Amino acid sequence: MVKVENLVKRYGSNYALNDVSFEIGEGEVVGLLGPNGAGKSTAMNILTGYLSSTSGAAYVNGINILDDPIEAKKYIGFLPEQPPVYPDMTVLEYLNFVYELKSVKLDREGHLGEILSVVKLTDVKDRLIRNLSKGYRQRVGIAQALVGDPKVIIFDEPTVGLDPKQILEVRNLIRNLGQRHTVILSTHILAEVQAVCERVIIINKGKIIADERTEDLTKTIEDGYHYEVRVSGPTGQVISALKKISGVKSVEPTGTKDGDAGIYVVETMGSTDVRRAIFNVCAQNNWPMIGLAPTGTDLESIFIRLVDRSDRKILGGRTR
Amino acid sequence: MLAIYKREMRGYFTGVIGYVFLVLYLAVAGVIFAYTTLFSMSADSTAYFTIMLLFSAIILPVLTMKSFSEERKMKTEQLLLTSPVSIPSMVIGKFLASYTVYAAALIFSSLYFLLLIPYATIKISVLVGNIIALLLVGMVFITIGLFVSALTENQLSAAIGTIAIILVFMGVGMISSLVPANYWFRFVVEALSVFTRFQSFTNGYFELSSFIYYLSVSALFVYFTIRVYDRRRYN
Repeated sequence: MVKVENLVKRYGSNYALNDVSFEIGEGEVVGLLGPNGAGKSTAMNILTGYLSSTSGAAYVNGINILDDPIEAKKYIGFLPEQPPVYPDMTVLEYLNFVYELKSVKLDREGHLGEILSVVKLTDVKDRLIRNLSKGYRQRVGIAQALVGDPKVIIFDEPTVGLDPKQILEVRNLIRNLGQRHTVILSTHILAEVQAVCERVIIINKGKIIADERTEDLTKTIEDGYHYEVRVSGPTGQVISALKKISGVKSVEPTGTKDGDAGIYVVETMGSTDVRRAIFNVCAQNNWPMIGLAPTGTDLESIFIRLVDRSDRKILGGRTR
Repeated sequence: MLAIYKREMRGYFTGVIGYVFLVLYLAVAGVIFAYTTLFSMSADSTAYFTIMLLFSAIILPVLTMKSFSEERKMKTEQLLLTSPVSIPSMVIGKFLASYTVYAAALIFSSLYFLLLIPYATIKISVLVGNIIALLLVGMVFITIGLFVSALTENQLSAAIGTIAIILVFMGVGMISSLVPANYWFRFVVEALSVFTRFQSFTNGYFELSSFIYYLSVSALFVYFTIRVYDRRRYN
């Protein structure tokens, strides 16, 4: 549905994108993840025909965006970083404008009515966009991207500046859209990718450093899992007892305490789940366990590790 | 193109710019009309149209200053540029909207001449020639305004920049009378001058070359505007 081949975007001697390639199939929900300035927005702007690439090609529905931009753009709905709304129009007037701008052929009233109810804007449809809050404006921006029922929907940081409730609503909305559309969204919030996307493409400094299914990501990066265990018991005995559990690679006391309980980090070999075993050992020894949580396996730490690794590679390449 | 045209027209009349422009244009035209014809007991329209030309140079940039600069500032241009609409049709849609407002103001203001009918015979050919001339000059000024507006995010710089370029186009004709010696220089300068060409119209002569001149200068600035957008994608 969307294909990007060896995209390069150079500003002077700076590479915003450096040889980026990926392919996204129909109905996939993909997250573009990266720190600020990694090249996410640039990639999206090229894909939507707003910017041109220095070299490489982008295809939407098999159409090269540079060869036939007008045809290719018919298949795209795009929400840029800042919702492109006109403050002097009402929500409905604005959507009518977008409807005409995109020369949509669907039944106007039915289609716009459906979009309004999907993004929950029906109540404010006759209000001036100027008078809407940030969250509502963002929804108007999303509504705009849905006009014409495009096959590919691209969201650039869709939840920035929203309150927690609105963030959840927008994420649910995107998940639902994923059932009928190909969705690409960019974000620097890792939880967002975990919550919404089936697949994640991680970009740093203009290069792709990972392209995985979201659930596989943890497995491929980590050799084993880390758990934080909080147990009250004599430190030496706790460590040796936990080490005896099969599948446990190491046990490190963090040196901090939670009340009278010591905090330990248990590292496993491979992906063995040792949580039950840890519980049983503590129970047998009559050591009250007050906490057991995975740590270091969330995207946050994986992401930082990946970024560090790619930075080292880039740096290493230069010195050689 | 039609969607952009309609959106622009709405923009003029949901905000203040459209009304300010119309009111100011008609009011100033009325005053100039009163002074050049009624008070001076004359049915000669030359003075009126010459002053209106100068006035247009200042007021028309107000009409175009927001056209692209505001879209850029509000980031709404991202919607236009990622929609299945070509850049030329976007530029032409905006041009037509500004031109409609201007033409409406011009035609309304020209109705003032009906007031003179009881007192004098009006040369219809001269009047129509003058209106056509202002329509043509307005086209040039509006396309210059659109071009400058596409270069900046700031409306005020757009308006001032437009006035500056228009004054250069008007001014070259006036410089030419200061350099009498060099014939070919004077010829070139007069050929390029909006003002010199306008004068032949005010006297009631319709020159095809002037007509083509105005059309081509406008087309050139429309082209420049399109290029600005094409270029920006690569930067």
